[in-house]
Amino acid sequence: MTDTPKRNVIGKPFRRVDGVAKVTGRTVFADDMLLPRLVHLKLVRSSVPHARIRSIDTEAAAALDGVIHFVHGADMPNTFGILPVSQDEHALAVDKVRFVGDPVLGVVALTEDAAEEAARLVRVEYEPLDTIASVDDALAEDRDVIHDYADDGNIHKKISMEFGDVEGGFEASDLVLEDTAFYEGNTHLPIEQHACTAVPEGDGRITLWSATQTPHYVHRALTRVLEIPASRIRVIACPNGGGFGGKSDPFNHEIVAAKAALQLGRPVKICLTREEVFYCHRGRHPVLMKLKTGFRKDGAIVAQHLQTALDGGAFGSYGVASTYYTGALQTVTYKVPRYRFDGLRAFTNKPPCGPKRGHGTPQPRFGLEIQLDKAAHALGIDPVDIRLNHLQPKDSVTANWLRIGTMGLGECLEKVRDGSGWTERYGRLPEGRGLGVACSSYLCGAGLPIYWNHMPHTGVQLKLDRSGCVAVFCGETEIGQGSDSVLAACVAEVLGIDLLDIRLCVGDTDLTPVDLGSYSSRVTLMMGNAAIQAAERARDMIAKAAGERLEVPAARLVFADRRVFDASDPGKGLDFADAVQAAEVMFGTLGTTGSYTPPRSPGRYRGAGVGPSPAYSYSACVVEVDVDPMTGLYTVPKVWIAHDVGRSLNPALVMGQVEGSIYMGLGEAMMEESAFRRLPPKRSDALVHKFPSMLEYKSPTFQDMPEVVTYIVEDPDPNGPFGAKEVGQGPLLPVMPAVCNAIFDAVGVRVDQVPAHPQMILKALDEKSRGGPGRFGPRRFPEVDFGEPLRVPTPEEGGDGKAVNAEAAGVRGGTMKENPEGARS
Amino acid sequence: MTEYVTTSYDVNGEPMTVAHPPHHTLLEVLREGCDLTGTKHGCELGECGACAVLVDGEPQLSCLVLALEVAGASIETVEGLGSGDGLHPLQQAFADLGAAQCGYCTPGILMTAKALLDRKPTPGRPDIQEALSGSLCRCTGYIKILEAVEWASARAAGDLDARPAHESLYGQDAGGRRD
Repeated sequence: MTDTPKRNVIGKPFRRVDGVAKVTGRTVFADDMLLPRLVHLKLVRSSVPHARIRSIDTEAAAALDGVIHFVHGADMPNTFGILPVSQDEHALAVDKVRFVGDPVLGVVALTEDAAEEAARLVRVEYEPLDTIASVDDALAEDRDVIHDYADDGNIHKKISMEFGDVEGGFEASDLVLEDTAFYEGNTHLPIEQHACTAVPEGDGRITLWSATQTPHYVHRALTRVLEIPASRIRVIACPNGGGFGGKSDPFNHEIVAAKAALQLGRPVKICLTREEVFYCHRGRHPVLMKLKTGFRKDGAIVAQHLQTALDGGAFGSYGVASTYYTGALQTVTYKVPRYRFDGLRAFTNKPPCGPKRGHGTPQPRFGLEIQLDKAAHALGIDPVDIRLNHLQPKDSVTANWLRIGTMGLGECLEKVRDGSGWTERYGRLPEGRGLGVACSSYLCGAGLPIYWNHMPHTGVQLKLDRSGCVAVFCGETEIGQGSDSVLAACVAEVLGIDLLDIRLCVGDTDLTPVDLGSYSSRVTLMMGNAAIQAAERARDMIAKAAGERLEVPAARLVFADRRVFDASDPGKGLDFADAVQAAEVMFGTLGTTGSYTPPRSPGRYRGAGVGPSPAYSYSACVVEVDVDPMTGLYTVPKVWIAHDVGRSLNPALVMGQVEGSIYMGLGEAMMEESAFRRLPPKRSDALVHKFPSMLEYKSPTFQDMPEVVTYIVEDPDPNGPFGAKEVGQGPLLPVMPAVCNAIFDAVGVRVDQVPAHPQMILKALDEKSRGGPGRFGPRRFPEVDFGEPLRVPTPEEGGDGKAVNAEAAGVRGGTMKENPEGARS
Repeated sequence: MTEYVTTSYDVNGEPMTVAHPPHHTLLEVLREGCDLTGTKHGCELGECGACAVLVDGEPQLSCLVLALEVAGASIETVEGLGSGDGLHPLQQAFADLGAAQCGYCTPGILMTAKALLDRKPTPGRPDIQEALSGSLCRCTGYIKILEAVEWASARAAGDLDARPAHESLYGQDAGGRRD
C-alpha cells in the first residue's frame, strides 16, 4: 500500500465534529434528557463531619405531596470505589457518615421541587465521632478512625522507595537544598453540574445516561452494588460539560438513581446543585512536601529525596494512585540519578480528593521547579540553563525505571527563552516586574489499567456501509477535549474520506468496545492507535477488492478525496462508496476492529505500575508578573508556553488545550483553593467549604486572562498515532512554579505556596525588610516513620527493575484485603 | 397541590404559552416548559453566565429572572440564533476556531456576544471582554472565544475573507506547515 502523499485531515485545523451541535444547542448533555414518566431524585446529605447514624425520620418528608419513594443505605450494602484497593464507599451511608455532604438517603418525587423540599424535611440523628481535620490530626494517636482498612490509623497509605544511594549522593554534592512547600487543594469546577438519568427497561435491564468521564468504571460499580449481571446494565456517557477529572469516579448519585429506577420501574433523574458538586469534589489533593536535593556546581542533580503528605478527604477515590503520582514523574524532565520518595495520604473528614488535571503531579512539580530556581541563584547559573543543561536524555530509562522515548523539552525551553526575551530581560526588569521559568512533563495514558488485566485499554470497531458512510464505535468519552474529533480524523485520514462520511457511536458500554475512559491523557494516543489499526484493516480489505476490480495491484492504490485510485494513474479509480461495495461483494458484510495495549514497562517493583506511559509530553513556560510591592497585588500580563505534542493532529484543538491549561494553571497559581472552615464544637465541629459557590470560589474571568504566546513543538513519537502525544494536561503543570519564580524576579521574595496570595508576598517582603530571608511558606513537614524504603537499584547501577529488599520493606497496608486484583503488585 | 400560572412569550419568533409554578425561573420554563434545553445552567445563582438568553434584546441570566416577570417579552435562545440550517457568524466562528470545547457555557456566551454585536458591530477586545465577563468558561482560557467574536464581527461587517491569525490556529513560529 502506498502511503497517501499528503495528509488530508491530520494536521489541519478542521472544525471539530461536534462543533455545530455545540453552537446550536443540539448537544444532549445528561440533564437535557426529557423522558415520559420521569421522576426526580434528591440526596439527603450529612450535615456533620464524622458520626454514626442513629436514626432517619422520613415521616414529614413522606407526607409531602408528590413524594413517592425513599432509597436507603440498607438497600445497597455492597461498597464501591474507583480503585480495586479502595472499594470504601457506600451509595448511601449504611452505618456512619464521613464528611459534610456524605449521602445518607435518596428521596424520589414527581417534581424536582418536591424532592428538594422533602429532602429538607428528613431528620437524621447522629452520634458524633472525632473530627479528623488535617494530616496532623490523622497522624495523632487515639482518634476515631474514618475507615478500618487504612495502613495505620487514619493514614490511608504510606509509601517509601529508594532508587540508588541517595544519602551518598548528598555527601557527594556541592550544594544541598532542603525546602518545604505547600500546594492547596482546588477543584475542577466544570460548568456542567453532574447529572444522570436511569431508565429501566422492565425486563431487569437498565440504562444509565450520565455525565461521566469513565462509563466503563461506572458500569463496574453498578454491577457490584446493584448485584445484577454486567450484561444487563448499560452505561452511556453523555458528552460532559467539562470534566477535568471531576467526573472520573463512579458517584453515589449514579448508583442511587439506578437503584430507584429499578425499584420504581420508571426513569429517575438527578442533577446535582452547584453546592453538591463542591462537596462531591475529587479535586486536587492539598499536598505538603519536603524536597531535599543535592546539586553539583554545574547545576546537575546528584540526588533527590521527596516527601509528600496528601490530605485525602474521607474516601479512597483515586488516592492511592494520586499518592504514587506525587513521586512518579519527578525524574522524567531532568536527570535525577539517585532518587528517594516517601509519600503518605491521610483520611480526613472532608470531601474526598481525587484526580484533577495533572493528577498528583502538579504539586511535587511545583516543589521541584521553585527549588531549581533557588539552586540556579545559589550556584550563579541562569534558571533556563540549569534546566537546559541537564535534561533527561531521549530514549533513556530513568532512575525509577520509566522509559523515555521522544523528549522535546530542550526545544520547548529554547522557544520560550527566545520568545520572552529571557536572556536580555531576566533579572533586568524594573522593580516589580519579573520573569519566571518552569518546565514539566505528563503521561500519554497510564501503562497499566486500573484493574490489572491483559486486555486492551481501548477498542475501535468500524462498520462500513454501502453508502460510503463509516460507523465508528468506541467507548471513549467526549469531555470537551476533542476525542470525538480525534477518533473521526484518524479513521477519515486512513480511509481518505470526509469527516462528514463518519458516524460516531461512543461511550456506550453495550454498543461500543471498552475504552477505559477520559483520564490520564490516554485517549488520543491509545484510541488513536486503535482507530488507525481498525481503519487500516478496512483499507486492506477495500484495497484488495478495488484492486481486483480496477486491475491495479492493491499496494499501488491511494485512498484520498473519497476515492480509491491508482497512484500512477489517478484517473483510474473508484468512488469510496463503490470500493466499499466491491469489498462487500468479496468479503460479505464489512466490519473491522482495532485495539491498543501499551508496551510493558521495565519497572518490576511494587509501585512500578504508576508512572509508566507509552510516551511523555513536555512543556516549558515563562510567565511575566507585575507586582505592586506596596500591596502585594500582582497581575500576569503575558505567558509564553511551548509544548512538545509529538504531532499536532488538529492544531486548532491543540491550541485550545494549551490555552485552557494556562488558564487553569493561572487559576491554581493565583486564586483557586478548596478551603474549609470548622464550625464550633457545639455546631458539630463540621468542616465546611469556605466557598461552595462559583462566585466565592475565585477562578479567572475574561478580564483576568493574559496574552498567551504558544509554541507547538512537533517531534513525532513512534508510539503515538501519526506521532501524537498528549496536550490536555501537561501545559498546566509549569504555570504555578513559573508564577512564583517570576514573583521572586520581580520583588526578591519567595512564595513557596500556591495559590500565591498578595498578603503572602507582603509578609515575605516585610520579613525581608527586617533582615529575614524573605519567604512565605510552610516551615515544617510532620515527623513520619516511613519504615524501610523499598530499595530498587537504578539502571545505571545495573539493576533489573526489581527491589532487592521486597520482603524486609514488607507489604504495606492501605490495601483492602478482600480484593485479589488489588493485592497484585 | 402546587398552584400553576400560565404565561406567554414570543420565543425565537414563535408564540409559546406555558403553565408553571409561579416561583419558577425563566430558565426552568425554557428548559422544562418549552423543551428548549439549549440554554444551560451551571449554578442557578447568577454566578456562571451559562443560562444567559436575550430578553427583548438584552442579555439576562435566566436563572435570576422569574418567568412571570417577563411575561409577554420576546425571548431569544441559542436555538433561534441561526436561521434554518444556516449558522449565525458567531456560531460559525465558534465552531471553526474551537471556541466551544465542552460546549456547555457556549449558548450563554453566544447570546451575550450576539447582544454585543447587535449593539456594537465592531467591538474592540476590551469591549468583548467586558461584555462577556459575567460568563465563566473552564475549557478554553477565553482566548479562542475572544478571537471568534472578533472574527464573527468582521464577517458580519461584510469582510467574508476575514480569517483568524495563523498563529492562533497553529501557534507561534509554526511557519510553513508540512501539509
